[in-house]
Amino acid sequence: MSTNTALDQLFVKTRAENRAALIAYIPAGFPSQAGCHKVIEALAKAGVDAIEIGYPYSDPVMDGPTIQAAATQALENGTGVTEVFAALKHATDQGVAAVVMTYWNPIEKYGAAKFAQAIADNGGSGVITPDLTIEESDEWRVAVKNSSINPIYVVAPSTKPERLVKVTDQCGGFIYAASLMGVTGARSGISSGAGELVARLRKVSDKPISVGLGVSNREQAKEVATFADGVIVGSAFIKAIQDAPDEESGLAAVAHLASELAKGVREAR
Amino acid sequence: MLDSKLVIDGLGHFGPYGGRFVPEALIGALEELEAAHSSALVDPIFQAELTELHRTYSGRPSIITEAKRFAEHAGGARIILKREDLNHTGSHKINNVLGQALLTKRMGKSRIIAETGAGQHGVASATAAALMGLECVVYMGEEDTKRQSLNVARMKLLGAQVVPVTSGSRTLKDAINEAMRDWVTNVENTHYLLGTVAGPHPFPTMVRDFHKIIGEEARAQVIELTGRLPDAVLACVGGGSNAIGIFHDFIKDKDVRLIGLEAGGDGVETGRHAATITGGTRGVLHGTRSYVLQDENGQTVESHSISAGLDYPGVGPEHAYLHDIGRAEYRAITDAQAMAAFALLCKTEGIIPAIETAHALAGALQVGNELGPDATLLINLSGRGDKDVQTAADYFGIPL
Repeated sequence: MSTNTALDQLFVKTRAENRAALIAYIPAGFPSQAGCHKVIEALAKAGVDAIEIGYPYSDPVMDGPTIQAAATQALENGTGVTEVFAALKHATDQGVAAVVMTYWNPIEKYGAAKFAQAIADNGGSGVITPDLTIEESDEWRVAVKNSSINPIYVVAPSTKPERLVKVTDQCGGFIYAASLMGVTGARSGISSGAGELVARLRKVSDKPISVGLGVSNREQAKEVATFADGVIVGSAFIKAIQDAPDEESGLAAVAHLASELAKGVREAR
Repeated sequence: MLDSKLVIDGLGHFGPYGGRFVPEALIGALEELEAAHSSALVDPIFQAELTELHRTYSGRPSIITEAKRFAEHAGGARIILKREDLNHTGSHKINNVLGQALLTKRMGKSRIIAETGAGQHGVASATAAALMGLECVVYMGEEDTKRQSLNVARMKLLGAQVVPVTSGSRTLKDAINEAMRDWVTNVENTHYLLGTVAGPHPFPTMVRDFHKIIGEEARAQVIELTGRLPDAVLACVGGGSNAIGIFHDFIKDKDVRLIGLEAGGDGVETGRHAATITGGTRGVLHGTRSYVLQDENGQTVESHSISAGLDYPGVGPEHAYLHDIGRAEYRAITDAQAMAAFALLCKTEGIIPAIETAHALAGALQVGNELGPDATLLINLSGRGDKDVQTAADYFGIPL
């Protein structure tokens, strides 16, 4: 992939600094349109390196209760493709690399080529597509190439060696390594599968590898940062907002968690 | 060309439809399932075991019944009912469930999970699990557990755990979401026993293969009774499993019309319906590309039907393909039309059909009147209506 997105540049930089990048996930329109923009600002300010804007979807089969609830709230707030791109632009305006994470159907409905170009036009680096299999990606592959953005696919601990090669070959920006077999959400410990999967990936690809699913605190971020190029945190930020009595304290909790995690990824090596 | 076996590729596509849109974590399980199914198809021991279960457990072959008094209301056309309602557990669902439960054992897995809307597939799954000593968890929308409380009790009696799903619209589509979440977490020891011809490859072809016996039997039975092929074959379509089951062996008979009856709810024009092919657009839902009820952002729109079993905003990809190539036709039947046909079959034939099935019967009334007395129609009587007595009593104002 001959792209040079903000995300590509980020990993060049973090590798030079010998540390992992911190990547935060927040659904567009959560907790509100304006609230989401404030969360993005807080994340960027607290030292997050990249932001994934979630496209809230009616049938999120990969997500646990925390993100499901956030997606439902975002949809009730009237979040659609316009709000997703607005949040993406707001993130890139803060000077961080930003991507959209979405189930496939909203892209198919919008049009693959048009969607990829809109990502680029809003300063986005790429798109994470957790339910788009390599076998179904022909149209998307052309679209991301034409718009010079990163196609980010997810691999799982169960992905077989020969398939790992096929999927990582198509990845741009980074490879999304799911740390465990399951849905999104905070876990008490990091699955041993994460390190094993990253080790298997290192043998077949030199692309940056980011680990997601189940990372929620500084200790876990530090642990993952010892072996991965990127640490992805989603549900923990959402939970911080959901558990807060009001928006102000929610933002403070997000900022605090982000700065803790930012320390975690810097103290690992 | 018209034999769908020829148009399906190795990735489970029917033309532009079908395929696999799932998290990478499920690919291994889908490949394992595909391999198990392919080898079982040509394994005489597996096939003999399944045939024996059909004969001694479900009660196959199911009979056909000519509905002469009902036919008087259908333009005088001959109406022949394929009696899947007489199967053990009361619907066609047992065909697929027995096949997949045998595959579960073949794969060395000990636990099955299933989704259910009306409860028929859940009951069938719980039944097969009890028979074969498998652990069984059934996901059911909270809304549906209330509509179909009798079936919840049946599943529990059969030893299954029923999990009410409280996310989203709390109906069948959300039960599928929850089952997929369970599967992705417990895939090592768990088989997802999907109940219809939708979902990621190989489910649409595999479930069809387990149901095509309906059409194979019915085709021979109708020829034996009437000396010829029927003019049309009709079935209700939610996900579309009973319809594919009876259609499949007739696809090659180009003069036989295949007609699927979708749930029109309050009427397709009202937006409150579950007629996915009639009123939907191309999209991806639950791992497959097909027609979907969705909005301009690709969000699934909630479906509406008096029939919990048809209340689903997607449809099997093979139906989408049969529709697009013009081999099958799909029409919407409103709640009111379905309930009128339901009442008519009760009073003219002494058969209480499932409300799902009543949609096909309403279609038979329409098509019979269009084709006239020389026509023969084969209807898949996919399920019996015992589970719907409460709903029907409410609808017709019968005090309980």
